[in-house]
Amino acid sequence: MNTFTNIGAIVRKEWQHYFGSPIAYAALFTWNILFSVFFQFALTYFLEVSMNPGGGMGGPPKPNINEWIFRPTLMNMAVVALFVAPMLTMRLFAEEQRQGTWELLATSAITDWQIVIGKFLGAVSVYALMIATSLLNFVAVFAYADPRPEWKPVLTGALALLLMGSCFIALGGFISTLTRNQIVAGILSFCLFLAIWTLSWLDNPMASAPMKALAYLGVTGHMEDMVKGVIDSKDVIFYLSFIGFGLFLTQQSVESRRWRE
Amino acid sequence: MIEVADLRKSYGRFDAVSGVSFTVGKGEILGFLGPNGAGKTTTMRILTGYMPATSGRATVAGYDVFKSPMEAKRSVGYLPETPPVYPDLDVTSYLDFCARIKGVKASSRKAAIDRAIEKARLGEVRNKLIGRLSKGYRQRVGIAQAILADPPVLILDEPTAGLDPQQIIETRDLIKSLGGDHTVILSTHILPEVSVTCNRVVIISKGRVVAEDSPQNLTARLSGRGAVRIEVRADTRTAFDALRGVEGILTVNPRGASGDATVLELEAESGVDVRAAAARAIVGANLDLLSMAAVSLSLEDVFLELTTRDSAAEAANATRAPEIFTPIAATLPITSEMQEQAKAAADDASRPTETN
Repeated sequence: MNTFTNIGAIVRKEWQHYFGSPIAYAALFTWNILFSVFFQFALTYFLEVSMNPGGGMGGPPKPNINEWIFRPTLMNMAVVALFVAPMLTMRLFAEEQRQGTWELLATSAITDWQIVIGKFLGAVSVYALMIATSLLNFVAVFAYADPRPEWKPVLTGALALLLMGSCFIALGGFISTLTRNQIVAGILSFCLFLAIWTLSWLDNPMASAPMKALAYLGVTGHMEDMVKGVIDSKDVIFYLSFIGFGLFLTQQSVESRRWRE
Repeated sequence: MIEVADLRKSYGRFDAVSGVSFTVGKGEILGFLGPNGAGKTTTMRILTGYMPATSGRATVAGYDVFKSPMEAKRSVGYLPETPPVYPDLDVTSYLDFCARIKGVKASSRKAAIDRAIEKARLGEVRNKLIGRLSKGYRQRVGIAQAILADPPVLILDEPTAGLDPQQIIETRDLIKSLGGDHTVILSTHILPEVSVTCNRVVIISKGRVVAEDSPQNLTARLSGRGAVRIEVRADTRTAFDALRGVEGILTVNPRGASGDATVLELEAESGVDVRAAAARAIVGANLDLLSMAAVSLSLEDVFLELTTRDSAAEAANATRAPEIFTPIAATLPITSEMQEQAKAAADDASRPTETN
């Protein structure tokens, strides 16, 4: 009971920080603008392809809306998450350290794990809000398209985006514990996320086993099936373990700071 | 209420706290006194569970801070050196957050917040962003946070640092009013604060406790030896000769010269007023007595003596007042050159312990 109260208090406070400062608005704005831009591109391209002659009898099948609009938009947003996640995570621990408020948290009846999980959930919930608001872009398509596009792949795709972004957030929180300067935390996180993203490029049929293993760690690769509408437990477990590992590093770092200071 | 036994905290080979022990009874206000870097903050941080000690034992309200940290933390309200406030929250939401993580029940949360706001006199700023508040108000928000959950023990690290005189007086009154219900440890390097607010003083220097007593007793310990400072128009030797044999004077110490006058400090036997006799002796020797004043040792002198004893003894080898009063016979052959040396050595000795 106490555990939930404590985690809840941290989540609440993080929201007060996000929405009491420009951070949440900047993140929501960036995310939604880019989402609608990618959506617009995909839509235009889809319309061009559908207008093409040969779409009628005997020609190739009509392009599928899910495949041509929703999937590319969501995959592009995975890259945007890479830019936005550091905005959400860089201040999480660095700022507490700089302001001296860490001393309040560390001397209150709240455990390191509760703080770490609370902060993680605080950032993830803002990120989830970003995804939810941007999905409104798709509403018009559902309203006017005939035949109706499938909604399940959109939901699994959004879930994939949420899980993948949460990996970045968990890792970004860890980076934020390493310094009291949030700019440094932001830059380091961004570089790290970029490196992780490029890992999935290593994957090709000719790649050696170690390369394939590295590529497996590239978080974006695990989105592909889910964006198609297929939830493979292997991918979900990958994401959850990645998040768990990130939170574990964060907790260890916070804990070790007590001994170092 | 608070027991600290042989507490140690080492960073590599450096000992920030080396074997501190003391106890604080229920309702007491303990002053934790020492120069900067003496280990005050480290000791307090260990007591509040912020960091673990290297060895030793500390219990707060019956809970061992290492074995049952959560219970111990729940019984302590802590004000760190810099108030731990979020500039982007307003006072009420900040205190609401603190109440939640301090385990104040939802039903009594509002009452607790109101009480803390009232005690810390924050009523007029309760809806302002903390970032817009002055240093004095921020400090009060920090105090409000510490007393919020009504813990039996309060640990305040330099609660009056950076406040203006009016605020200092208000804060001291607040702390005094908290004694009795709460057990309070407050650290400071401002001495009057201790004599005004505390029942008991622990003086700490270089990670060790060098004295533990009531402020009155500490002062009395040295001020029993009354001293008189006189200014005589004569050289040191002549003045010494004139004072030789005056009953009740234990030692005469040169304290510098100004123009053709010499300043001397006379230490008298306990309880003897030597002013009249000394004045007669000077005048009787046909010297001009320019001024005379009784010197009482303040807590400041006690503090300086206790915290600088080692370095002063090493560097100046017994030239620094007030700890060593040289017998008249030994000081007679003193020359002005020796005085200069003594003064320089004394200055050197006191420099590393200056507080800011």
